[in-house]
Amino acid sequence: MDKSLEIIRRMKNRTLKNHLITYLIVIVFYVVIQVLINTGNLSSLLTGLLVPICVYVIAAISLNLVVGISGELSLGHAGFMCIGAYTSAFFSNAVGDGLPEIPRFILAILIGAVCAGLFGVLIGIPVLRLKGDYLAIVTLAFGEIIKNLVNVVYMGIDSNGLHISTTTAMDLHMEPGGKQIIKGALGISGTPRNSSFTAGIILILITLFIVQNLISSRSGRAIMACRDNRIAAESIGIPVTRFKLLAFAVSAAMAGVAGVLYSHNLATLNTKKFDYNTSILVLVFVVLGGIGNIRGSMIAAVILTALPEMLRFLSNYRMLIYAIVLIVMMLFNWAPAARTWRERMREKLPFKKKAAAGKEEA
Amino acid sequence: MAMLEVKNLSISFGGLHAVDDFSVTIEKGELYGLIGPNGAGKTTVFNLLTGVYKPTEGKISLDGKDITGKNTIEINRAGIARTFQNIRLFKNMPVLDNVKTGFHNRYRYSTVSGILRLPRYRQVENTLNERAMEILKVFDLDKEAAILAGNLPYGKQRKLEIARALATEPRLLLLDEPAAGMNPNETGELMETIRFVRDHFDMTILLIEHDMRLVAGICEKLSVLNFGRLLAQGETAEVLSNPDVITAYLGE
Repeated sequence: MDKSLEIIRRMKNRTLKNHLITYLIVIVFYVVIQVLINTGNLSSLLTGLLVPICVYVIAAISLNLVVGISGELSLGHAGFMCIGAYTSAFFSNAVGDGLPEIPRFILAILIGAVCAGLFGVLIGIPVLRLKGDYLAIVTLAFGEIIKNLVNVVYMGIDSNGLHISTTTAMDLHMEPGGKQIIKGALGISGTPRNSSFTAGIILILITLFIVQNLISSRSGRAIMACRDNRIAAESIGIPVTRFKLLAFAVSAAMAGVAGVLYSHNLATLNTKKFDYNTSILVLVFVVLGGIGNIRGSMIAAVILTALPEMLRFLSNYRMLIYAIVLIVMMLFNWAPAARTWRERMREKLPFKKKAAAGKEEA
Repeated sequence: MAMLEVKNLSISFGGLHAVDDFSVTIEKGELYGLIGPNGAGKTTVFNLLTGVYKPTEGKISLDGKDITGKNTIEINRAGIARTFQNIRLFKNMPVLDNVKTGFHNRYRYSTVSGILRLPRYRQVENTLNERAMEILKVFDLDKEAAILAGNLPYGKQRKLEIARALATEPRLLLLDEPAAGMNPNETGELMETIRFVRDHFDMTILLIEHDMRLVAGICEKLSVLNFGRLLAQGETAEVLSNPDVITAYLGE
């Protein structure tokens, strides 16, 4: 009995250590950047990139939940970011100075997450009936549909309440004192710039908390069971569609949070950024960082967002270097030779030795 | 009352009668064998019993309750668990988690208490760990609890599948060729395990098997299928000496 307890304890500790290392990496990253800022060692270009980096890290974590943990290829995550960005920016503009800054931003984040999550459920119900490539194509289409719909929406608010139109601003029939917030293709301007690096890091930590704890719980196991073997999962009584939908909706809500952070970092928000290029970019983070590897996808997001800007001095060779980095990262993560090399290196680390020695004793 | 009662079960795919007018009664605690040549419809019977296919005709009742036409998930909840001919494990999950996933409908807590690590989470997870380890110990898999299921040797993967099925706390266990790909030693060990499972968990077991040593060794009763139809049924020794059965297996 003692021995099996020992195995369980060791498994628990391993998971816990893994979680803590991930949180620690984020916190160390935050501290290092703060020191660099305060000592004036960070270029203004990179300082401007800090919030986008947080946006992409959250998006990468959220997509990894669908692609890595739930095992479904989704190419429409920019659509959910779009929903989060627009609903929250609308809220912040509509409330204006009616609420102090911090509670307004917190509410905006919640609204962005809930709206994106709801869209995740709505789109997930039909889409998750499909598998593999078909699912990828349909999510890609839904992402584009969301973007294009939002692109034609006009929305304003006055004493009579909400006005919505999809034709022109004139059709809103607003009272003279009303505020027109979403202006079709012009998007939303004047959103309060509440996003900051600190807020971004806090949101990353919350996202990590949710995803890591979800994975190592009953629902997480059910989600991974559906990924590994759908038929076996059904045979032990797991409602596969429900858990696929759960993963999809949670992921959509978190992508919505990334969108909130994005929209509250810009004076003007439009739909251009939410096309399939962004979806693919986030997928690149996930694939390069390792499908199902939350920590890896975070690191990939940071490197690949900062790199193009850091390589600006190379002008024409910039994208060439970027491509080479992509290939090297891919090889490092997936090539069998690189994997065995990494495992050898890991065995050489001191704390692993101790664990191995402990095993021999037992 | 019989644990499983199947009456006139039939299914056709187009013009092919894969299972035709199959009836069987299995009493509680029985170790029952379903045999027959390749393509006789044995696995199709399992798929009908577990709701993978809906029968075109016939009635299935478990412990007196009609379960005909229910889906896989409902049938598992009603108390039938199975293993597969081609092993279907959750390969990228540890051995322990495979069994814990089996307890999905028996020990529950909400997604929210899982994410927020509420007391209910700790309490249920502790019980789950204990129960899963108990089952793993029966199959001598407890030392491998932390290993990914896909990395287990073949024979242990077969055992893990049975362990996972037992975790759903079924009343009837269906084993689809549990000894496939095993050497004589492993088969002998498996026979012991199956008998132990029946006694220890008070289980009713229906199994498909080609290994006649296993069938003759542990099954108390047999049904023989040939071309989807019932060829013989009854006590094991009786059935195995039936000339029709010998012809079906060995030819004229």
